[in-house]
Amino acid sequence: MRLVSAIPSQIAPADPAWRGRVATFVVALVILWPMLVASEFTPWTLIDAQSLRATGRFLAGFVPPAHSAEFLMIALEATWQTIAMATAGMTLALAAAIPMTLLVTERLSVSRIGQPAMGTLPRLIRQAARWLLVLLRSVPELVWALLFVRVVGLGPTAGVLAIALTYSGMLGKVYAEILESSDAHATDTLLKNGSTRLNALLYGALPEAASELVSYTVYRWECAIRGSVVMGFVGAGGLGQRLDESMKMLAGGEVSTMLLIFVALVAGADLVSKMLRRRLA
Amino acid sequence: MSNPAPMSLTTLPPAPRPRWSTALLVLGLVLLIVASFVTLPWKLRDFFSTDAVRTTIEFLHGFAPPELASNFLRKVAFATLETVSMSALGTLIAAVMGLLLALPASGRFGTVARGVVRSILNVLRAIPELVWASILLIAAGLGPFAGSLALAAHTTGVLGRLFADALENGSPAPEAALRNNGARPLLAFLYATLPQTLPQMVSYTLYRWENNIRAAAILGVVGAGGLGQLLKYHLSLFQMQSAATVIIAMLLLVAGVDATSFWLRRGMTR
Repeated sequence: MRLVSAIPSQIAPADPAWRGRVATFVVALVILWPMLVASEFTPWTLIDAQSLRATGRFLAGFVPPAHSAEFLMIALEATWQTIAMATAGMTLALAAAIPMTLLVTERLSVSRIGQPAMGTLPRLIRQAARWLLVLLRSVPELVWALLFVRVVGLGPTAGVLAIALTYSGMLGKVYAEILESSDAHATDTLLKNGSTRLNALLYGALPEAASELVSYTVYRWECAIRGSVVMGFVGAGGLGQRLDESMKMLAGGEVSTMLLIFVALVAGADLVSKMLRRRLA
Repeated sequence: MSNPAPMSLTTLPPAPRPRWSTALLVLGLVLLIVASFVTLPWKLRDFFSTDAVRTTIEFLHGFAPPELASNFLRKVAFATLETVSMSALGTLIAAVMGLLLALPASGRFGTVARGVVRSILNVLRAIPELVWASILLIAAGLGPFAGSLALAAHTTGVLGRLFADALENGSPAPEAALRNNGARPLLAFLYATLPQTLPQMVSYTLYRWENNIRAAAILGVVGAGGLGQLLKYHLSLFQMQSAATVIIAMLLLVAGVDATSFWLRRGMTR
């Protein structure tokens, strides 16, 4: 019988898997290298004297935040514009998404009743609507906003339209998914007994899916508020546009006020959305 | 045998009573929507005038056909690579920073540190990537480096919070066992708690990377490199055909990421 000597407490035991870990690290570094080059990863520019001076001056302006009554009025107006953009955009998105949902949801198909599968024409129409939704939500809202700014000029109209288009794509898809995943029995029975599609939706699928649908819509409204701030950066009005202007003038105080307002706005939207969703649960 | 009596209207359950709070809520919502539509400075009149329709059609016409010259395609391909690199690097920095901040945020250094670090993470997360990018442009200059840092800043907030929650939810027993047997705190963490939560952290990081590729594609519109910068550049010069190519490249990139993540997920769950 051999005695295993105790490992002296001064020497740390070797990691049994060190070879694998070192190899993984080296491979990761080799993959990472071209990426570092492509993304011009130059951290030393951060501590370059000129950049430090510019950053220092900008950040020094942050305190105190700008708080003249005149500026606060402008900022509040911009905040309201942001909320209004998000709300109006969501309303338009809903107006477009609801008919699309009716069209896309297979559960509400009348042509499949009594047949093994859906008819060819309805299937084609359904697929076309689905592709349209994919296209609407694949183009980022910011790109829609950039394009609309070129068409309708600077201002919130472009932002509202961008939100309406992107979000109708998302809402249409998710609404259809929620309706498909609810219990099919009520809808099927209604449709087979000759109810119209709209009635089958209203009395069959909606009562079960309503709270989930509303909760998703509220969540999207919250996203729209965040999105409309971002869209201001391409000239679509609201808080984002003001923020962009102050940033370009390197007015640190104004930037810090608006960042505070923005964080408060997002937190507020989050709170309202959570409250509404809890009511529904 | 008697048939069951046909259901009469009287056997239906009574309709739910209307609630005042719900009515108020709906009223508030309608007011909000009406106020939004009324106060926005619409330019729809310009939008629907014949002049605007003509400009719109001309504008849309300008996009076709997309620019396909080989040297421009090479430029777009490089911008795509730049976008992916920015997102990968930003996510990597965020994962490292997130893990470092998650240690105090999971309450390892007391409740005060936990509260402070969690509120820092909240602020990092509350500011969107694009706003970070426009702030960081001042320090890091125009180009993809600012974009990587912006992605890193926002994602650190997201991942730090998720990592901290993962660390808090992990079982403390293995680490306590190592500590009780005399292992140093760092080693006990590395060999007991980290392996336990690592799979979850990796999956969060991959998920954020996926999001960040999408975000990196548009980050450039404020000058932070990648496809977005190319798009902004060509749009501001009214070179619509080149812009169309860039938008198509964006769509392809996003579709590719979606497809890859879908296949990977399916492969992993099977």
